[in-house]
Amino acid sequence: MNYGYFPGCSQTSSAKEYDLSLRKVFEKLGFGLEELCDWSCCGATSAHATNHKLSNALALRNIVLAGKQGIKNMVAPCAACYNRLITSQHEISMHPERKNETEELLSEKIPADVKVINVLELFFKIGLAKISENRKRDLNGIKAACYYGCLLVRPMNINNFDDAEQPTSMEMIAEAAGATTIDWNYKLECCGAAHSIVRKDIVLNLSKKIIDDAVLNGANVIITACPMCHTNLDMRQRAMKRKYPEHLMIPVLYITELVGLAMGMNVKDLGIDLHYVNFNYDEYIAEKLIA
Amino acid sequence: MKIGVFICHCGENISRTVDCPKVAEVCRNFPGVEYSTNYKYMCSDPGQKLIKDAVLENKLDAIVVGSCSPHMHERTFRNAAISAGINPFLVEIANLREQCSWVHDDVEEATQKAIELVRMALEKVKRDKPLTKIKVNVTKRILVIGGGIAGIQAALDVANAGYEVILVEKEPSIGGHMSQLSETFPTLDCSQCILTPRMVEVYQHPKIKLFTYSEVVKVEGFIGNFKATIKKKARHIIDDRCSGCGLCMENCPIKKKAYNSFEENLAFRPAIYTPFPQAVPNIPVIDETICTHYKNGKCGMCVKVCDREAIDFDQEDTMFVADIGAIIVATGFKLYNIEKKSSGSIYKGYGEYGYGKYRDVIDGLQFERIASASGPTSGEIKRPSDGKVPKKIVFIQCVGSRDESKGISYCSKICCMYTAKHAMLYKHKVHDGEAYVFYMDIRAGGKMYEEFVRRAIEEDNVKYIRGRVSRIYEEKGKYIVKGEDTIAGMPVVVDADMVVLASAMIPHDNAPLLARTIGIPYDKYGFYNEAHPKLRPVESTTSGVFLAGACQSPRDIPDTVSMASAAASKAIILFSSDQLEREPVVAKVNEDICQGCFYCKKVCPFGAIEVKDIKDINGIVFKEVAYINQGVCKGCGTCTATCLSKSIELAGFNNEEIFAQIAAL
Repeated sequence: MNYGYFPGCSQTSSAKEYDLSLRKVFEKLGFGLEELCDWSCCGATSAHATNHKLSNALALRNIVLAGKQGIKNMVAPCAACYNRLITSQHEISMHPERKNETEELLSEKIPADVKVINVLELFFKIGLAKISENRKRDLNGIKAACYYGCLLVRPMNINNFDDAEQPTSMEMIAEAAGATTIDWNYKLECCGAAHSIVRKDIVLNLSKKIIDDAVLNGANVIITACPMCHTNLDMRQRAMKRKYPEHLMIPVLYITELVGLAMGMNVKDLGIDLHYVNFNYDEYIAEKLIA
Repeated sequence: MKIGVFICHCGENISRTVDCPKVAEVCRNFPGVEYSTNYKYMCSDPGQKLIKDAVLENKLDAIVVGSCSPHMHERTFRNAAISAGINPFLVEIANLREQCSWVHDDVEEATQKAIELVRMALEKVKRDKPLTKIKVNVTKRILVIGGGIAGIQAALDVANAGYEVILVEKEPSIGGHMSQLSETFPTLDCSQCILTPRMVEVYQHPKIKLFTYSEVVKVEGFIGNFKATIKKKARHIIDDRCSGCGLCMENCPIKKKAYNSFEENLAFRPAIYTPFPQAVPNIPVIDETICTHYKNGKCGMCVKVCDREAIDFDQEDTMFVADIGAIIVATGFKLYNIEKKSSGSIYKGYGEYGYGKYRDVIDGLQFERIASASGPTSGEIKRPSDGKVPKKIVFIQCVGSRDESKGISYCSKICCMYTAKHAMLYKHKVHDGEAYVFYMDIRAGGKMYEEFVRRAIEEDNVKYIRGRVSRIYEEKGKYIVKGEDTIAGMPVVVDADMVVLASAMIPHDNAPLLARTIGIPYDKYGFYNEAHPKLRPVESTTSGVFLAGACQSPRDIPDTVSMASAAASKAIILFSSDQLEREPVVAKVNEDICQGCFYCKKVCPFGAIEVKDIKDINGIVFKEVAYINQGVCKGCGTCTATCLSKSIELAGFNNEEIFAQIAAL
């Protein structure tokens, strides 16, 4: 079965490796991802902070395209894209007048049968057994802190696939891939998100708290499914190290990269070498295992 | 037939949009109308006198009043009719207010509609038959369900008025939640000290029959004539032999298999136990699920130590039926539990507070037990996890309450007060401790209540922070409480040793089941509905069933006691006469044409319909028909509408009357 794929802007730039690993993993698992033709901005951050109508129209334009392309299930790997798309869909389903308004803006009818899912949901849709069946590498040296961030399993009541306050779906996927997961406290805390650009100081502090709690609870890898979170947690660690010399660097992987590693793909194939914090499974984990 | 028409202005309520004099004028010319007039306030004394005089002067047989809804003043005008010598069921109301003047703007159209409404009422009144009230006998005995403070108060009041009381409590002891409390607001007097004498009074009262560890499983009948089936669960103790010495409990080898629910699961209890030392009756019960005897037939330690031979392992549940005239439901509440709920539940639980995984994040009743001199810590404030004295406690109000995302929109009413009390008790016991309270609003309405909260803040230096807590997690033995101070506009983080949640009051899980057993309505949460929110707050909509305490909505002890006394006096009023009068608007079956399909029996919401055998001259049954118990029937008309053979007629609303009304339109 094929799934629609809405990459979003990050997947083509700062989160290239997320795009790469996602495509590779699902190809190998036997599921095609059909990229949405002519996709555009999801309406996140600047749009929804400045113009509500615009942000809805931007998100729903992509839904219209999906309808035309015959896509019924569309994966949006970026948590912000995912959140914007489902929130806009929910809003027009609750307020017919806003639906009419947006349809007028777009000069198109908005289809009601396009379901937007995130990467975690996608793994659940194809079945966790599929991951275990395709395992080629032993990941038992990995102690993963699964980090959801603020958007992935929210808003509450619109997103019904996992608990908005104590989610566990990513842990289940990581365990299906053979990794050990840890229980920790910061899996939903804010990483600073888009403040990354204008207020690095805030992001540095917030992201450091997340990393510290993961380390405190025994993690050696943080797993995420959001490009923004990844950027803040991975890219900012060098600055953290400069500011707090005792900071312990910890690699941050996308969930798709973790699954890819379990399926025997190597670090380069998955784009893990593009991360700021170095992670090479055989050196980083396997070596430590021996010691 | 001579009919009088009386059009009321209702001050300006009706006359603002309906031309009342014109309506009266037009109606005067309708067939059968002998007299027609209009007046500013027909329900007032002069208005009623006007009706009475007109009836006598013009020798009227029936009257139509064009006024407000019959819900409001039908009774008033019927009484006026009675005083003028007319049967009260020959009075019809045309609703010119709620169904006309209030909902229309155009005077001309509204006036025309008012005329039509009066004309319809006229056609009905022409066909109305005089009805007389139904009389039923009253059994002067009451069933009180629930032995908390509400049930105790109600039982004592009714019993002291000289009537018999059957008090049923599902737990092994009466006392309810009040017996668990340490001290009570706003006076800080000891809860047990004021409650236990009343518990003993109940036990010793000659008019009260107490059934603990028992449940009401079936209720039949109607006001004045209920039959309740009560299940007495097997205690495995012969009541009248047990002296309450407690040797069996001391010697029971099963010590740590079950939590003591009286101690809110903060302590264990043996397999043979009373919930607490002051239990009434002071007779233990055996928990079959953990007792060794029921596993392998061995042990029998309790039998060995009991010199009165009171243990009876073979005892079984017994059922008995009691005739009663009224019921007071006083089943109380339970606390919202923050644990993860099933997806079908309206309650959502608090994942942000860990879904109950932290042992030192406790609820209000658990804190009561910890603060209570008779509790698991003998009144010393200690953490359940490691027994250390917490130096910093965070109290969080409105956990569940007023939080629609968690399933509850209402205010639980008592939490502001008990949280202030908890914080105060803590500060009185741990002098160097810090107490923080996160609140949304402080709702301290009540005598000396606001003063009490101020005392906590000003004298005991409890730190009140207005804002919600977004997350609690454990870090190095501390509970990190992240919240917001909405007055300062700042995030707040408190590293607490213990967190006390003021969880919402919700009905018991089986509250809806009991409501269906008795036949009373309940709201979406399971709180029992009162008949009228203001004017009939202690009655249910089912005649003869009264409500007391937190089973109706969250309330504190003073309110509960007042409500229980009110319910008791309602029952006493009922018992003050030997016979009851009931409205004659009930359904009746024409047995000649009833086909015996019994669809009516299926749809009757009150269980008023029974199967009746029709016998021939030799006593042989040749037909089954529906029979409607006039005592139970509420006159809702559901059966009438359902009946396939049109053999059920509702007195005062028969087909002829209704169709004539429609035809007049």
